[in-house]
Amino acid sequence: MVWFSDLISLGIESTADNLGIGIVSSDHEVLANYVKIHVPLEGGIHPREAARHHSEYMGASIKTALNQAGITMSEVDIISFAQGPGLGPCLRTGATGARALAAYLNKPLVGVNHCVAHVEIGRMATGAVDPLTLYVSGGNTIVSGYESGRYRIFGETLDIAVGNCFDTFARAAGLEYPGGPDIERKAALGSKLIPLPYAVKGMDLSYSGLLTSITSEYETGKHSIEDLCFSLQETAYAMLGEVTERALAHTSKPELLLTGGVAANKRLASMVRDIAEDHGATPFVVPIKLAQDNGAMIAWTGIIAYNAGYRTPLESSYVNPSWRMDQVEIPWRN
Amino acid sequence: MEKLVAKGAEADLYIVDWNGLRAMKKVRVPKKYRHPELDYQMRKSQTNHEADIIHRAKFNGVPTPLLYHVDNKNAVIVMEYIDGIKIRDLVDQLTDIERIKLFKRIGFYAGKLHKAGIIHGDLTTSNIIKSGDRIVFIDFGLSEVNSEVEKRGVDLNLMNRMLTSTHYRYQEELLEAFKDGYRVSMEEEAMEALERMEEVAKRGRYIEKE
Repeated sequence: MVWFSDLISLGIESTADNLGIGIVSSDHEVLANYVKIHVPLEGGIHPREAARHHSEYMGASIKTALNQAGITMSEVDIISFAQGPGLGPCLRTGATGARALAAYLNKPLVGVNHCVAHVEIGRMATGAVDPLTLYVSGGNTIVSGYESGRYRIFGETLDIAVGNCFDTFARAAGLEYPGGPDIERKAALGSKLIPLPYAVKGMDLSYSGLLTSITSEYETGKHSIEDLCFSLQETAYAMLGEVTERALAHTSKPELLLTGGVAANKRLASMVRDIAEDHGATPFVVPIKLAQDNGAMIAWTGIIAYNAGYRTPLESSYVNPSWRMDQVEIPWRN
Repeated sequence: MEKLVAKGAEADLYIVDWNGLRAMKKVRVPKKYRHPELDYQMRKSQTNHEADIIHRAKFNGVPTPLLYHVDNKNAVIVMEYIDGIKIRDLVDQLTDIERIKLFKRIGFYAGKLHKAGIIHGDLTTSNIIKSGDRIVFIDFGLSEVNSEVEKRGVDLNLMNRMLTSTHYRYQEELLEAFKDGYRVSMEEEAMEALERMEEVAKRGRYIEKE
């Protein structure tokens, strides 16, 4: 019953290789969540090629999402878009689409922080109220929690994201892209733990050394791919576990939420449950459909930001590729 | 006789009897989320590391608990129980002069730590104890051997933040006293580290304001 909702938001996500169009209503209903993924012919994401893909499929994707939701453009109340952080060319493509829609249809525009959106969709979908959040994906690795007006960052990667480490290794070892699912399948058959660098620096993480090391272990030809995947996964996730556990003990948050694309990994989800249990917190894992980069999370965060008074005028709707989540004021959590 | 006194993210703390001495036992418990072998290696190396830093600090003139026993296979450190009062709880009970003298001394020891290439990692007034005439630094669980200015600045900033949040009544005079003491032991390296502390604090303020 769409027309009973106070607000309908259309969200455009285009921070990296996913072009996502989501339509969400203010009564927590995901009406459409269409994701078109750019798969590079070879190598990793080329920002310009990905942006070209997004602009090519923008119109058709919006139409598909509207059809899925069973509404017309005139029923949309606000246009939300991921304003950062992400790859500049990809962000600009999404922002251009959003500006065009907002200006042509005379609808309010709301720029959303991509990382905040991952947290907010996790809260909406799981019902978590005040979680410590482990957000892990191909581009980000952040442990954060709400504290007086902001999502404070307790720990984060100093170089590459854990998902990026997996994807790059998968490519080097000839596994499927994206790397996560294939590595998880192979890891389930592995058993030998190969010693790898474990890089937790204070509360921060580093994955570049781990990537170099696992790649050269692969190149020696001495280990089975199953053992390599097993060792990579165990080491990478133990690092996440240590930082998450420390932040959870420090903040005494009652809940622990796992969100982002890597949340689809069952081994990591089971680690998060173990950690939460040890500290008397309730674990939550974002549903798979909302774990990857998607438009619904942008649309939903657009709604709560809009209701808290956020508007993004056209003249200040430029994208910010290095927009930290702790720079965003979060009035809706007060 | 074993009494659990604290359960942290890193370890459990017990008060125990050690051959007639009252002792603190720090046990790094196995984490079930980690692979057992990795877990074992980590707890072993963290135990060695902490014991090493406690010793290194003492060797460089910073009072730390005496180590009685290090059992790295079981990730256990048994050390002197420091009977005294946490600086955190002591500050409000002192006279003006005592307070300033105390923080000069704390700054002096913090400088000695940094000079020796040690970053405490959790430099708060809860981790410093006045025991008789001794001022003892405890909890080196997050410490590292590092001489980078950035690390020193972050370490000092934590103390400054503690003064601002918990000891706000005396923040300015205590910070000045701390810096005075720090300069004495850190000598020519002090200025850079203290400047970095200010810079790190400003980053925080920038975040608050924007």
